[in-house]
Amino acid sequence: MAWFLRLAFIVVAFAIGGATPSLAVQPDEILPDPALEARARALSHDLRCMVCQNQSIDDSEAPLAHDLRVLVRDRLKAGDSDREVIDFLVARYGEFVLLRPRFEWHTAPLWLAPIGLLLVGAATLGAALRRRRRAASARVETVAPLSDSERARIAELTRPSGP
Amino acid sequence: MIPELGHYALVLALAIALVQSTVPLYGARMRDAVLIRVAEPAALAQFAFVAFSFAALVGCYVTSDFSVATVFENSHSTMPLIYKFTSVWGNHEGSMLLWVLILAVFGALVAAFGRNMPATLKATVLAVQSWVASAFYLFILVTSNPFLRLPEAPFEGRDLNPILQDFGLAVHPPMLYVGYVGFSISFSFAIAALIEGRIDAAWARWVRPWTLVAWIFLTLGIAMGSFWAYYTLGWGGWWYWDPVENASFMPWLAGTALLHSALVMEKREALKIWTILLAILTFSLSLIGTFLVRSGVITSVHAFASDPTRGVFILAILVLFIGGGLALYAWRAPLLKAGGLFAPISREGALVLNNLFLTVACATVFFGTIYPLVTEAFGTKISVGAPFFNLTFGPLFALLLAVVPFGPLLAWKRGDLQGVMQRLTAAFVLALVGITAVCIVEGRPVLAAFGVGLAGFVIAGAITDIVERTGMWRAPFPVATRRAIGLPRSAWGAAFAHLGLGISLLGVVGETQWGSEQIVSLRPGDKVALRHYEFTFDRTVPRTGPNYQELVAQFTVRRNGEMIGVMQPSKRSFPAREMTTTEAALMTRGFGQLYVSLGEAAADGAIAVRLYHKPLVLMIWLGCVVMAFGGALSLSDRRLRVGAPKPARSRAVLQPAE
Repeated sequence: MAWFLRLAFIVVAFAIGGATPSLAVQPDEILPDPALEARARALSHDLRCMVCQNQSIDDSEAPLAHDLRVLVRDRLKAGDSDREVIDFLVARYGEFVLLRPRFEWHTAPLWLAPIGLLLVGAATLGAALRRRRRAASARVETVAPLSDSERARIAELTRPSGP
Repeated sequence: MIPELGHYALVLALAIALVQSTVPLYGARMRDAVLIRVAEPAALAQFAFVAFSFAALVGCYVTSDFSVATVFENSHSTMPLIYKFTSVWGNHEGSMLLWVLILAVFGALVAAFGRNMPATLKATVLAVQSWVASAFYLFILVTSNPFLRLPEAPFEGRDLNPILQDFGLAVHPPMLYVGYVGFSISFSFAIAALIEGRIDAAWARWVRPWTLVAWIFLTLGIAMGSFWAYYTLGWGGWWYWDPVENASFMPWLAGTALLHSALVMEKREALKIWTILLAILTFSLSLIGTFLVRSGVITSVHAFASDPTRGVFILAILVLFIGGGLALYAWRAPLLKAGGLFAPISREGALVLNNLFLTVACATVFFGTIYPLVTEAFGTKISVGAPFFNLTFGPLFALLLAVVPFGPLLAWKRGDLQGVMQRLTAAFVLALVGITAVCIVEGRPVLAAFGVGLAGFVIAGAITDIVERTGMWRAPFPVATRRAIGLPRSAWGAAFAHLGLGISLLGVVGETQWGSEQIVSLRPGDKVALRHYEFTFDRTVPRTGPNYQELVAQFTVRRNGEMIGVMQPSKRSFPAREMTTTEAALMTRGFGQLYVSLGEAAADGAIAVRLYHKPLVLMIWLGCVVMAFGGALSLSDRRLRVGAPKPARSRAVLQPAE
C-alpha cells in the first residue's frame, strides 16, 4: 500500500502539469562539459522538486523539476560555485527546496536526535546494568554465612557413598 | 443485492466484534468459563462475516458492477481479470476492507491454533484483538464504505490507475498488510499480559510465531514494493526514503528489535518489560503506517482539512490505541517482575545492543519523517529527504551490522569476547581481503570498499556461526553433518537471516557505487555503449494491448560484438484515464541487470532513452528473500510447534467446569 500513494501522486503530478511522463534528466538538458554536468547531477540529488512528494529534481518528471534542472545548469555555466547555486535557490524558493536541511537552530533537534538518542540510550542501559549488578551483589553479600549444623549437613550429603 | 449483503455482513461482523471485545474479557476477570468460551466461536464467526463481505466486494469488481462507487472509480470492463481482482484493494476503501479481513484471519487463527494457551490469556488476547477490529469496522462503515451505490449506474468505469495495473499490486499490499496486521497479535498479547499482570517465558514462546509470521511477510512486502518501484517507475531507483516507505520500514525495524528481545525473554526471562513496550510500539508504528499514509497527513498537515471526518477518526483511533496502550503500560508494567541477570559481554548483552541500535535507527527514521510536519505547524516548511537519511541512518545501521556476527557466537549470561574474536578471525580476514581488493581495483579507498568489507564480514560471520555449531573443521564429515541436521531450526534461521542482511548490503553497495547510466537521444539505427555492452536501437513497433496502446522500441544488445539479446522497453497509453506509463525493459546478467526505459519522442523521430547498468542489484531483494527464508526456518522450529512446557501451562490455567 505504501507505494500506491507515491505512485498515484506522481500520476497526479503529471495530470496537473499536463505533461506526459518522460524521463527525469533529458538528453537535451545535459551540459557538454562532463565536470560541470557531474556537479549539476550531484546538486540535483539534494534539491527537491517542490510539486512532488519527496522527489529530487534529478528523479522527477514534473515540468517544474525540468525548469530547476535547467536553472541549476544555467547558474553553473555562469560560473557560480555549488554553494552559490544552493544559496540562490534557497533565496528564491525557501528552505523547502533542500532535501538535506541545513544545520540551524530549528533543525538542530533533527540532526542531533540520532546521536543524542544513541548516547542517552547507552547511558540508560549502562546505568540500569550497574544498578542491577550492584543490587545482585548486595543480595549475595547479605546472605548469612552457613551455620555449623548446615555445614555438617552438607558434609554428610556430599560424602562419597560407600559400595 | 450483492453489495448490500456485503455491507450487511460487515455490520454483523462489527456486532460480533463488540461482543468479542467485552464478554470474554469479563469472563476472564470473573473466571467464568462459559463467558470465556465465547471468544473462540466469536472470532471464527467474525472471520466468516468479513470473508463474506470481502467476497461480495470482489464479486462487484469481477463482474464490473459500476453501480458501486468504488468499482466505478477504480475499474474498467476491458481490464484483464487479474487487475479487476487486484483493484479491489487498489484504493482506500477496498484496502481497508482487506486490512480487516487479514485482522479477522489472524483472530480466527489464534482461536483455532492457540490450543496450548491458558484459557484466560487466550480470551483476553482475542478480546483485545477485537477492540482493534471494532475500531476498524466502525472506521470503514462510518467514513469509507466500499459498498456505496451511485444513484445512476454508469456504463463504464474510470479504470484503475495504469501504474497500479501490475502484478506488484497483487502481491505487495496484501503482504505488507499481513505484516502490519500480524503485529496486532503481538500487541494483543502485550496488552493481555499487562491486564493479567503476569508474563513469563511461555508468553514469549506463544507470541513468537505470530511476530515471526508478521515479520516474514513485512520483509517480503517491503522488498516486493521496492522491486516494483524499481521496474515500474522508469529510473531504476529502489529506495527513496519517502514518507510512505518509511511508514512501512519503521514497523520492520521495531519488529526486528521485538523478535530479538523476545528471544532474550524466552530463553532467559530477562527484558520482559522492554519486550512488552516494543510490542506496543511496533503495532503503533504499523497503525501510523496504515493511517498517516492513508490520510495523506504525511504529505502535509493540510491534507487533514480536505477530508476532516476521516482525519479526525484516524486521529481518534491512533490516540486510543497508542495512548491507551502506553498508559496501560505505564500503569501495569511496574507490576511485572524483572528477570534474569547477565554480564554486559553476553548473548543477552549483544541482543540489548541490537535493540539499542534498531530502536535508535527506527527513531531516526521517525524523526526525519515527522519533523517537516512539526516545523510546518510552526510556520517553516522544510524538507527531509534521502540525503538526510543516508547521513544519519546509514552510519547507525553500519554500526549495527558490524556487531551482528558477534551476537550468535557469544554465550548466554557471560560471554568470552576474546574467544569470539578468535572464532571470527576468518571473517575478519575475509573482510580485509574484500576491502583491499576493492581499493586496488578502484585505485583509492572508497565507500564501496568499506561496504564490501562490512558485507563480507556479516556473510562470513553467519557462516562461521553454523561452522562453529557443527564443528565442521574439527569433526569428521559424517559427525558434522549429523550435528548440522540436529541443530535447532531457529539456529539455522538466525544464520540465514543474518546472511540475507549481508547479501542485501552487497547489492546496495554494487548498485549505488558501481552503477552506470547513459541518457541519450536516439534515432533508429543509432548505437550507444554502456560499460561492456553495446545497444543498437533497431526500430519502434506499435502494439495493441487489452486496454492500452503501446509503442515498443527494440534494442539489440551486444557484448564484445556478440549479440546477447533483445530488449523491448515501451510506452503505453491508456485511453480511459488519458495517461501514459513507461515500461522498462530488464535483462539479467548474473546478479546485475541492464535497464532500458523510454522517454519522450521528438518530432524528428528521435526518442529519449535512459540506459543503466546496475551491477549486483538483484542481491538487494535476494537478500530480503534469504532473510524471510531464515524467518520461515525459525518458524518451523520444534519448540514453536510443540508448545510451552507443561509446568508453565498448568500453573494458572482455568479448567472449564464440566
